[in-house]
Amino acid sequence: MKTLRIQKSITGTTLGINMQNVQHRYDQSSTAAVLSIPHWQVKQGDRVFLHGDSGSGKTTLLNLLSGILTPTEGTIELLEQPFSTLSARRRDAFRARHIGVVFQQFNLVPYLSVLKNIQLANYFAAKRDKHIEETANTLLAKLNLPANVLHKPANTLSVGQQQRVVIARALINQPELLLVDEPTSALDASARDAFMDILLNMCENAGASLVFVSHDMSLQRFFSTSIDMHSLCQGKVNASC
Amino acid sequence: MLISLAWSSLCSRKKSVILTFISLLISISVLISVEHIRQQAKTSFNRTISGADLIVGGPSGQLNLLLYSVFHMGDPTSNIDYQSYEMLKNDQQVAWAIPISLGDSHRGFRVLGTNGDYFTHYQFGDKKSLEFTAGKPFAGMFDTVIGADVTKNLGYQVGDKIIVAHGIGHTSFSHHDHSPFVISGILKPTGTPVDKTVHVTLPAIEAIHLPPSQLAKILDGEEESVQPDSVTAVILGLKTKFATFKLQRDVNNYQADRLMAILPGVALAELWQMMGTVESVLRVISVLVLLSSLFGLSTMLLASMNERKGEIAVLRTLGAGPSVIFALVLLEALMFVLIAIASAISLVSGALALFSDELAAHYGLFLSANLLSWETLQIAVIIALASIVTSAIPAFDAYKSALQSRLSG
Repeated sequence: MKTLRIQKSITGTTLGINMQNVQHRYDQSSTAAVLSIPHWQVKQGDRVFLHGDSGSGKTTLLNLLSGILTPTEGTIELLEQPFSTLSARRRDAFRARHIGVVFQQFNLVPYLSVLKNIQLANYFAAKRDKHIEETANTLLAKLNLPANVLHKPANTLSVGQQQRVVIARALINQPELLLVDEPTSALDASARDAFMDILLNMCENAGASLVFVSHDMSLQRFFSTSIDMHSLCQGKVNASC
Repeated sequence: MLISLAWSSLCSRKKSVILTFISLLISISVLISVEHIRQQAKTSFNRTISGADLIVGGPSGQLNLLLYSVFHMGDPTSNIDYQSYEMLKNDQQVAWAIPISLGDSHRGFRVLGTNGDYFTHYQFGDKKSLEFTAGKPFAGMFDTVIGADVTKNLGYQVGDKIIVAHGIGHTSFSHHDHSPFVISGILKPTGTPVDKTVHVTLPAIEAIHLPPSQLAKILDGEEESVQPDSVTAVILGLKTKFATFKLQRDVNNYQADRLMAILPGVALAELWQMMGTVESVLRVISVLVLLSSLFGLSTMLLASMNERKGEIAVLRTLGAGPSVIFALVLLEALMFVLIAIASAISLVSGALALFSDELAAHYGLFLSANLLSWETLQIAVIIALASIVTSAIPAFDAYKSALQSRLSG
């Protein structure tokens, strides 16, 4: 496995996520690991549904995958490039360019307009898209958001609308890896299905991997792979998912 | 993008931002005005007279003599005999002597009695002589030459007849209604008290203090001109500078009249020495006020950090490193301070433009409303640097917050 290193192509059978002997402890002195994943690989382009009880380490896993936290032991490779061993600065840059994040909390900068929020993601990824407004508009339309929200401050939108803006923002840089946590909790059933469709569509078109965390087991049907946190931690999930 | 983000962030906290802004605006304005007035006052005072070697007047303090003879501030304590002026004028070491006689006013402007020598020998600034915009120096006894500000405020033209009153108030009870002074010349602006002065001849000063019956005779041409018997002070230019101290000693020891001679440069230096302490106190106070405002800014930013934790976490997920967050807070503070500096400069310029006439009339201060000097730039840079130092505290707080922020599902 370790021989698979930096390859430019991220299509085909390359690995999107590769975790080896990962352990994480918040408190260095404690012996019990909050999270322990012996071995987990996700092929680039795969869509994974992760479910588990509260406290099963889902959030910690997402923090590790986004590079906000680093594992106490073991290594994480993303897109076949070293990730957890990168310097903090380069991890931040990697996240900006290659990872889209949709979380329940901390989603938008409240006083910025929707467009500014989306532009911000583009700015930190150092991808200066000249047609950002059009791209954003297209995305918002696909997410069933009216075009006039683009210039409204984010905090004037309803929670459901805000959540969809977050998704538009996560997709704007066409990331290779999308980390999504309980995004549909604020959406009604039809909006939820429409949202899942576009999310999966976009992932497919971009060849992006998707790690989707939710309590809602009814969403499982959208995914080819479904993993229980419990079995992931016990190393029961093997090789290619 | 970061600038726009910092700006939006400031706008989102309007109330506390505006209050802090006002406090900073006031303190920067105070600092800038103190510095500006300090420098301008010094140059304005120093350029009031040049080329004069000695000023001779009645015995009092040398500051007192300097203030009333050159700056036309305060009242002369005693006059000197006209014979003393003639004695000085005829002294071998003296190149020129300008007699001045003060104590009267015209509609709030000081009236100065002198002779034609004033217009040829009086120098100000960098040894500049007085020049005329219109008209010429005295020809007749009641000819009057007015300064630039007198014309500007009262709208006089050459040939206009004016009334000169006794005393220096704006309205004087004993108007000398019978004295028909005629404006013969108007001087170019000098930026010195000359601009605010109405110049008349020495005999005319004597004449307006004569009883009306006698004055009427003069006006009717029955009596020849009056001979002045005293002047307030004499400004002297010497043939050689080396004689200055000897002549000063001779004048101070003069037996026929009580005289005092001062060196304008020395008196000005004494004036600044006296002002020096006040200056330093003002400076220290304004710097302290500024510091407290900068800490106010820092406190405002620090207080906002708690509510901004979420915002910082969002920026983190988008890939902004802790150093970017640090820079963002500094940028906010810097933008804020730069706007405050710009506003303070325009505020002070506006105020100076508005009140420069008042300042000149009451304090003899000729201040330029143009603040854009090298010194102001230096102050601006120092303020900006100080603001960076003080806002490093909240910026570091944001940095730590960024390091610790976690995503929570």
